[in-house]
Amino acid sequence: MSKVKTIHATPIAGDASKIVEVVHLGKSFGSNEVLRDIDFDVRTGEVVSIIGSSGSGKSTLLRCINLLETPTTGDILHHGQSILHGAHKVNDYRTHVGMVFQQFNLFNNLNVLQNCVVGQVRVLGRSKEIAEQKAMQYLEKVGMAQFIKAKPRQLSGGQKQRAAIARALAMEPEVLLFDEPTSALDPEMVGEVLKVMRDLASSGLTMLVVTHEMQFAREVSNRVVFMDKGVIVEDDVPEVIFNTPRHERTRSFLDRILDR
Amino acid sequence: MMYALAAATPETFWAWVIFIIQNYGSLFLIGARNTMFIAITGTAVGFAIGLLVAVVRTIPIKPSTPTPIKAVVRLSKVLLGVYIEVFRGTPMIVQAVVVYYGSLQLLGIDLSAMVAGILIVSINTGAYMAEIIRGGIESIDRGQTEAAQAIGMSHVKTMVFVILPQAIRNILPATGNELIVNIKDTSVLNIISVTELFFMSKSAAGTYFRYFEVFFVTSVVYLIMTFTVTQILRWLERKLDGPENYTVMGSQTTPAGTIHVHHGDHRPGLGGK
Ligand SMILES: Nc1ncnc2c1ncn2[C@@H]1O[C@H](COP(=O)(O)OP(=O)(O)O)[C@@H](O)[C@H]1O
Ligand SMILES: [Mg+2]
Repeated sequence: MSKVKTIHATPIAGDASKIVEVVHLGKSFGSNEVLRDIDFDVRTGEVVSIIGSSGSGKSTLLRCINLLETPTTGDILHHGQSILHGAHKVNDYRTHVGMVFQQFNLFNNLNVLQNCVVGQVRVLGRSKEIAEQKAMQYLEKVGMAQFIKAKPRQLSGGQKQRAAIARALAMEPEVLLFDEPTSALDPEMVGEVLKVMRDLASSGLTMLVVTHEMQFAREVSNRVVFMDKGVIVEDDVPEVIFNTPRHERTRSFLDRILDR
Repeated sequence: MMYALAAATPETFWAWVIFIIQNYGSLFLIGARNTMFIAITGTAVGFAIGLLVAVVRTIPIKPSTPTPIKAVVRLSKVLLGVYIEVFRGTPMIVQAVVVYYGSLQLLGIDLSAMVAGILIVSINTGAYMAEIIRGGIESIDRGQTEAAQAIGMSHVKTMVFVILPQAIRNILPATGNELIVNIKDTSVLNIISVTELFFMSKSAAGTYFRYFEVFFVTSVVYLIMTFTVTQILRWLERKLDGPENYTVMGSQTTPAGTIHVHHGDHRPGLGGK
């Protein structure tokens, strides 16, 4: 069902095989220019990692992609159609682009199952039965099926993040954005979340992941994007980025973070 | 004759109190009933008004919002701001007189005192509740709103299914407080002859000029009402907080069981119905 409605008959511009295409995007907060002339895309089935030091604009880019921030300049295309200009419905677009937050952001008033059901029922208009069935399916996938009755505050960080991933998956988006999904976790819980993400990647889910987990970026992604001071410095396959980066800035960032 | 009257009328404070209760008991009961009715209805309607106003006042205006919608939202926000300022900035006793006589003189609507009373308490409470609820909404972590938006919820859906259930739980004590205040403050409606407890007491006191004794009884009746409501609200809050533990569903790897959480701070659920 969600697959059918995502295909647009008449693309206005760009390439329809690209789920999301960012074109000359810029973002300023007041006079602070945070993103500058970003060009970048995500194709079906790709796993793209975004790396870069803190403050380089990674979160802002992700938040622009699902319109939690409004870009100052440029455009975002969904299957070739502009979502900033034209008749594109923002809330409809957002159901195709899921988001997993650093701080989990599970709905505190709802238990784990309800967290995964509410969007399906209230936004996608699925019946409660179907929604619960799907929710259970994804909760099992992330190993949270036994905690469906728990409220968020009764869960550990790792459990919260896995439930949040299930909530996003239950909407069956075309691409799932992850903003440093393991950065708020205690070290012993990082592994369980990364394992879920590896499983998702190998099951063919399209993912865009902002991460400081270099091993994950290297082993799981098809492409790695290195950002610095609001621009994309390098966008290439992991082998190139990690072994033979073309830019000095990429090399020095990796030397620093990999302690080599 | 003089002697007979003296024998029939009480002489001590407590004798007067008993005499008043015996003779005017039903008047106090009617007054108390009307007071409770106005206070509860007014608080409930005021809560609904406050909810509506707060939801409108928290509509985000983005650069991408179409201009006509932007204009309507901005204008609504200004008007609602004026409403809040006016009704919080003037005494309810003055509002009562203005609305009661003004509606007849300006609009030709002859409100009954009771209807006017409920109207005034509702609008007045609405102005306070709007600010209380807005505070409640704004105290909810931004991440909750962002997560709701990220799955495609509109502002209204975000409010109804995610933010308000949490905000309302948080402002329940403040709402209870509004009800208590209203039970006491309906007394100002005696100015437009609403037959609430204060008005009834004044009538009773006027007959024998026993203001102290009558209003002593009146105080006790008010106290009973507010105390009872306080206890009921406490019970309600505890009930809404729900059980302190949750059940783990059995699976191949983990046996079923119950987890006890001591710091558990449950919020009432709305979704998943
Ligand atoms: N809402 C905001 N208002 C003002 N400045 C912001 C806002 N969000 C982010 N910034 C600024 O934008 C820059 C990039 O931030 P961010 O995208 O969070 O970087 P990263 O995720 O790479 O650490 C930072 O300098 C940050 O201070
Ligand atoms: Mg960030």
